[in-house]
Amino acid sequence: MSLTDTSRRDFIKVSAAAGGGLLLGVTWLTSCKQDTQLESPLPMPASWKEMSAYVKIGDTGRVTIFSPNPEIGQNVKTSMPMILAEELDVDWKDVIVQQAGLDTDNYTRQVAGGSQSIRQGWLPLRKAGAAVRAMLLMAAAEVWETQTTDLTTALGKVYHPDGRVLGYGQLASIAAAYDPPEDPPLKDLADFKIIGTGKENVDLHAIVTGAPLYGIDTYREGMLYAVIKRPPAHGKSLKSYDDSAARTVKGIVDVVQMQDKIAVLATSTWPAIKASKLLSATYTDDDPLENSEQHSKMLQEMISKPSASPRRDDGDIESAMAQADEILERSYEAPFLPHNPLEPMNFYADVTDEKVELHGPIQTPEWQLNRIAEALSRPKEDISIGMTRMGGGFGRRLYGNFVMEAALLSDQVRKPIQLLWTREDDMTEGPFRPASAYRIRAAIKDNSLSGYHITGAGYGMRNACRERFWPTGCIENYRVESHNLDSNIPTGAWRAPVTNFLAFAEQTFFDELAEKMKLDAVQLRLDLLEKFDVSLQEEVDYDPEPMRRVIEVARDRSSWNERGNRHLGFSCYFSHNSYVAEVAEAIIKDDIPQITKVWCVVDCGIVINPKGAINQVEGGIIDGIGHAMYGDLRFTDGAADVRNFDSFRLIRMSEIPEIDVHFIPSDKDPTGLGEPTLPPAGAAVANALYSATGTRIYNQPYVKKVVG
Amino acid sequence: MPSYSITVNSQTRSVTADEDTPLLWILRDHLRLVGTKYGCGIAQCGACTIHIDGAPMRSCSVQISQLGDAEITTIEGLSAKGDHVLQQAWKDHDVPQCGYCQSGQIMTAAALIRDFPSASDGEITQTMNAHICRCGSYPKIHQAIKSVLS
Repeated sequence: MSLTDTSRRDFIKVSAAAGGGLLLGVTWLTSCKQDTQLESPLPMPASWKEMSAYVKIGDTGRVTIFSPNPEIGQNVKTSMPMILAEELDVDWKDVIVQQAGLDTDNYTRQVAGGSQSIRQGWLPLRKAGAAVRAMLLMAAAEVWETQTTDLTTALGKVYHPDGRVLGYGQLASIAAAYDPPEDPPLKDLADFKIIGTGKENVDLHAIVTGAPLYGIDTYREGMLYAVIKRPPAHGKSLKSYDDSAARTVKGIVDVVQMQDKIAVLATSTWPAIKASKLLSATYTDDDPLENSEQHSKMLQEMISKPSASPRRDDGDIESAMAQADEILERSYEAPFLPHNPLEPMNFYADVTDEKVELHGPIQTPEWQLNRIAEALSRPKEDISIGMTRMGGGFGRRLYGNFVMEAALLSDQVRKPIQLLWTREDDMTEGPFRPASAYRIRAAIKDNSLSGYHITGAGYGMRNACRERFWPTGCIENYRVESHNLDSNIPTGAWRAPVTNFLAFAEQTFFDELAEKMKLDAVQLRLDLLEKFDVSLQEEVDYDPEPMRRVIEVARDRSSWNERGNRHLGFSCYFSHNSYVAEVAEAIIKDDIPQITKVWCVVDCGIVINPKGAINQVEGGIIDGIGHAMYGDLRFTDGAADVRNFDSFRLIRMSEIPEIDVHFIPSDKDPTGLGEPTLPPAGAAVANALYSATGTRIYNQPYVKKVVG
Repeated sequence: MPSYSITVNSQTRSVTADEDTPLLWILRDHLRLVGTKYGCGIAQCGACTIHIDGAPMRSCSVQISQLGDAEITTIEGLSAKGDHVLQQAWKDHDVPQCGYCQSGQIMTAAALIRDFPSASDGEITQTMNAHICRCGSYPKIHQAIKSVLS
């Protein structure tokens, strides 16, 4: 990403895409100032000067920063502008954050996913802020007829050594004439004033007052509300339908067939929902109608089989097994899961001869634009996608099948439409987290771990394992194998893809292994790290040293070594470039085990915004525990057996533990935080429950649904 | 379609809708008060919570024809300037993650602190257990409510 001449010239286009044109009557301007006790921000400007695709500066010195990536609750709409504001050297209270639109010319990777926004945005955002600061310095040097090297900046002002001062607002129009430098100097970390300080979510006021903010809140004069009736099971296709009853509902404008589905268009949502339930349809079932029993059987078969080529095969695993004094072998299984973001899928589309206007909650706007250009045979220039705040995603909104539906439907009826998936659509249609299973075998020789062999299998999982993650490199004889299974049930990424269950399998296995070897569960992990083969450093994604540190700090913060009769469970994992160790504590109350506390230690490099960071850590742990405990979805003849929150149990306030969060102080570039605290959570809980009850947990969910 | 006159946030509003239309969709689609959210439609998640004559209710499960002259308050009408003590507490504690469930959470909590100003930790949890936050902002919700209780 560079700030070039082109980006400047194109700014009108950029600001149109980022600003007024797509706002659909919603006020997106969000002042960062939240605390009324602080000094008031500078007055709102009468005019603004565009400095780059990221920044405009008003005549009073107020600064607007365009936040490039989709906001899904991971708080990047606050933390990404913080990074830029730091290098721009402005007062955070004078910053206004505005969501950028999709603009592939000026921004890269406008994606929310993989916990990568901050990691990949870190340097480009710093450079973008520093470039504008450099332009302002050049402007001040021109005014004062001096060198930029004589000048300093602080809190939105440029200072001359003789005491003269010019505000950014006074310099903006001169500065805008300069080209942004390609490689502006960046601050020393020690000079950071904004990064590392807790800043409140920039959308807070809009959220707590119920202002229109989410895709589902989109409204346009004349738009129709659409609800779609879908085949009742995966594997069924629409054969025929009768809409005569549906059409009697007042407010229905049209009923149309769209591929395998029937869309109802109405003047408001309720008639559309009501009419969709009155549609009668017949379906063919040419495709197989799948069942969870069969999925489970297939998964268990696959994890017992060798793969064509192991993903990693160090040493000689078969000899290690043959020579072992003892072998521990266990298998683990987890079901498909819906994502269940609380805002159901929805999207606005208005397809006309002139343009294709799309607006709504999507983690991957660029991907959808490309797909829709192809599907509608329209040039990309005709298509715009506006990004709204998202009511959660957890991976679901990476997949834009609902965006495509909205575009196709609007194209078919040539009217602006707002498509809504009901909760039932959302929970039953997918894509789902894949059902997966693991078999782990460990060879123990002379009370030492001499071999480790993991075989994973999952539906629609290109790789059910993570051979570049820990403990690769720590065990001499080591094999990793993965099998993919096909299904007509769609699957996809679900928060911490693969590792959300892989970490559970491995980290509960290590607990059992430590018990078998009569070793302390924490010491077993530390001993393994000691054996890390440094010649393999390039073949793995983690470093053993920060892994060791999070383990030791979690051990000490939870008083693990002094635990006495307390029931503690340990777990640690590396994912999304971050290191996490967690300890859970269980008690038995009225014969029922309860998780009362979780200690979590994270090394994610520099923490941009400690307030938002704690929220991500707590959220990941609660999500991990909730789905490990209760998350279940089974298929009978291709149909999901859960449809709404009466049958699918999500964790609630009474079920959460107290959470103690600690970040390892760091001067390393920031890494991921939206996902990495989730993978270790399930195992920490399962290991604590084993300590409390003596029962090992191998499958998720731990709590089975009560039927009937 | 029948017409109804309802009182929302102290204003009389006239709407034309089928009698079985849930208040949720009247608020969102007819009156454009979109702070009240759709999450499940079956009174399980709490995202659509509003006050009817002061009591927290699930607007997805109340039909327009059942309202009569009841006083309805939505998140938009909770305070004049968004400065209800809980709205401020939500800001002070930086509660939201995605934020989608929070207006419903605040409406239930507002009734709780009004009716039970000395609610215990357990009573806060028991009350708020009626709500789902998919992001898991529960610790912050609890802290924010607790901070405003006497």
